[in-house]
Amino acid sequence: MLNEISFYLLAALTVACAVAAMALRRLVHCALCAAAAFAGLALIYLQLDAEFVGFAQLLVYVGAIAILIVFAVLLTRGEEAAPGGRQSSPSWISGVGIAVLLLAGLLLPILASPSLQHGAPPAPVPSVKRIGEELMTRYVLPLEMVGVLLTAALLGAVVIALREPSDGNLPGNSPAQQRAKTGEAMNL
Amino acid sequence: MNALDQIFVSTLHRLAGFAPASARPLVSMLLIIAGLMALFGTCFALATILERKTLGRMQNRYGPNRVGPFGLFQPIADGVKMLIKEDIVPFSADQALHFLAPLVLTVPVWLAFAVLPFGRNMSAIELDSGILFFFAIGSASELAVFMAGWSSQNKYSLLGAMRAIAQMISYEVPLVLASVPALIAAGSLSLPAIVQAQSGFALGWVPRWNVFTPWGLAGFALFLIAATAESNRCPFDLPEGESELIAGYLTEYSGFKYALFFLGEYLGLFAVTGLAVTLFLGGWQAPAPWLQWLPTWGWFALKFSALIFLFIWARATLPRLRLDQLLHFAWKFLVPLALINLVVAVAWCKSGLWQFPAALEIRWLLGAGVLAASYVGLGRSWKGGYPERRQYNYAQ
Amino acid sequence: MMNPPLSHYLLLSALLFSIGFAGAVARRGAILVLIGIELMLNAANLNFIAFWRFGANPQALTGVMFVLFSIAIAAAEVAVGLALVIAIYRQRKTTRLDAMDSLKG
Repeated sequence: MLNEISFYLLAALTVACAVAAMALRRLVHCALCAAAAFAGLALIYLQLDAEFVGFAQLLVYVGAIAILIVFAVLLTRGEEAAPGGRQSSPSWISGVGIAVLLLAGLLLPILASPSLQHGAPPAPVPSVKRIGEELMTRYVLPLEMVGVLLTAALLGAVVIALREPSDGNLPGNSPAQQRAKTGEAMNL
Repeated sequence: MNALDQIFVSTLHRLAGFAPASARPLVSMLLIIAGLMALFGTCFALATILERKTLGRMQNRYGPNRVGPFGLFQPIADGVKMLIKEDIVPFSADQALHFLAPLVLTVPVWLAFAVLPFGRNMSAIELDSGILFFFAIGSASELAVFMAGWSSQNKYSLLGAMRAIAQMISYEVPLVLASVPALIAAGSLSLPAIVQAQSGFALGWVPRWNVFTPWGLAGFALFLIAATAESNRCPFDLPEGESELIAGYLTEYSGFKYALFFLGEYLGLFAVTGLAVTLFLGGWQAPAPWLQWLPTWGWFALKFSALIFLFIWARATLPRLRLDQLLHFAWKFLVPLALINLVVAVAWCKSGLWQFPAALEIRWLLGAGVLAASYVGLGRSWKGGYPERRQYNYAQ
Repeated sequence: MMNPPLSHYLLLSALLFSIGFAGAVARRGAILVLIGIELMLNAANLNFIAFWRFGANPQALTGVMFVLFSIAIAAAEVAVGLALVIAIYRQRKTTRLDAMDSLKG
């Protein structure tokens, strides 16, 4: 009883936040609603007895990815301040239409198969010790590769977003120096 | 004295027994929540007045001493002032976010108290991955800082919020890395299990707390430094430094919302102090077998108060770090040191199987030697903590 | 403690996936497209966890492992994606996707 009520409440909250994240005008509101949707999903994982994954989702998605998105919104300001600018691309109707078709295509098999309608068997809650053992024995290769991938992503993100010294607009230079450098670059 | 030790647990059972059997877990959980909120609310009030008095005494002056005996009723006066202040919201502020930010800050911090073991059998929830829950909840409150700073539509608030978030996410890494050796030593992520793993006495009189190992000592220091930075306390309180940014992300808040931010900050400090006590100082264990007459929750309270006093002492003594010094400190000093600490901890745990005489001394020498060498090496390589001096050309 | 049937979880996952897809296709800010992609990834993770919970062999922890790795990889992807968006913003001063239609840097 309590399980069902909590699931339906959380599902409604998550869907509402997801719709808000995709439909609101101001970018910061979208980012924060997306963070709320991630948090709702983390609570659904907890409701499904996947304790470790729920907390990991909170830690990574809400605590890191949402903050990254918010920082990116702040560093690329001026998008929502564009007056009269449309927030959606010109073909948004067809995009939404395809999404509805996609939803229908996913719903038909779900509703049509009878094996999905039965309730849950009592599953044991996975202890963290078991997850650690699995990570170190059966999934050790993916673990190492994810480590390499994360290092590569860290270095790559820093290199891509690095301000090149040839930009000339370093914070330490005075405006006269900046003008001189840009003037040089433009061959004035 | 087992009865005094378990007095809270037995009171809870007796009170919850009045409820019908189906509602008993819910009623006991509500009683625990009420108890924790009352306890830590009083702790917050006491901490504000004790901090001001301690700071005053360290600065060779009295703290507040007008209201009540020795000024101890000052928090009541402060509370009344905060409640009756006018709640000013700027006209161009984002109303919904401005209202929600204090709530989003305070609610997750209350949740963090649910996993701390305050005494034997006295943690509100026993989770298998308790410490992961704690860190997840801690990272959820950073969005509230951004909401506060951005919704005020004020350049100073936004700058303060971005600095605060940069500081908090930078210091999360040393915080988690410094706590991992304690998890390795205990073999579990559950906080009551970590306290149990620190029970017993080596050599008959030295308690087996984590702080009495080389990696535990270094880890404790790292954890305390990262905890100070996570709670935006001096010497890491640039985000709310009055002389720099008015009040940073708190500029546009007044009255009860400001009080909620204050509450959230202090509660965060209490939660992370409780975690430090659990991970490194042996939780509710007594330091000697003949001192076990004091109840376990009494020992937790004593260690907790000692650490809070340490934080207040640091605030009174150390000057504020600049933002780039802060970030350099986190990424270039604390993170490598925490990683080396992790390696030393694993070596310590593995070498615990050595049986030859003087094994303990050799292990201590190796561990402490590696940590001291890396501390000195990392410190020296950092050019005294200052980045390159910039050439400021004012007049051309 | 009765759980809702598996089909309800799969319905929620399908709904979230299509909402994320609609956002990613219909909005024109690069960051909103990234948020939509993250929602789609999360919907797939929910699918994995639901099937793990209701499946034949929950002891094998396959669904949980998959989702853990998926979360880690999503974090890496968002970091690199947002770094790209910031780098492009520095050049073009906009994040609108329909303004990034020429190959000239």
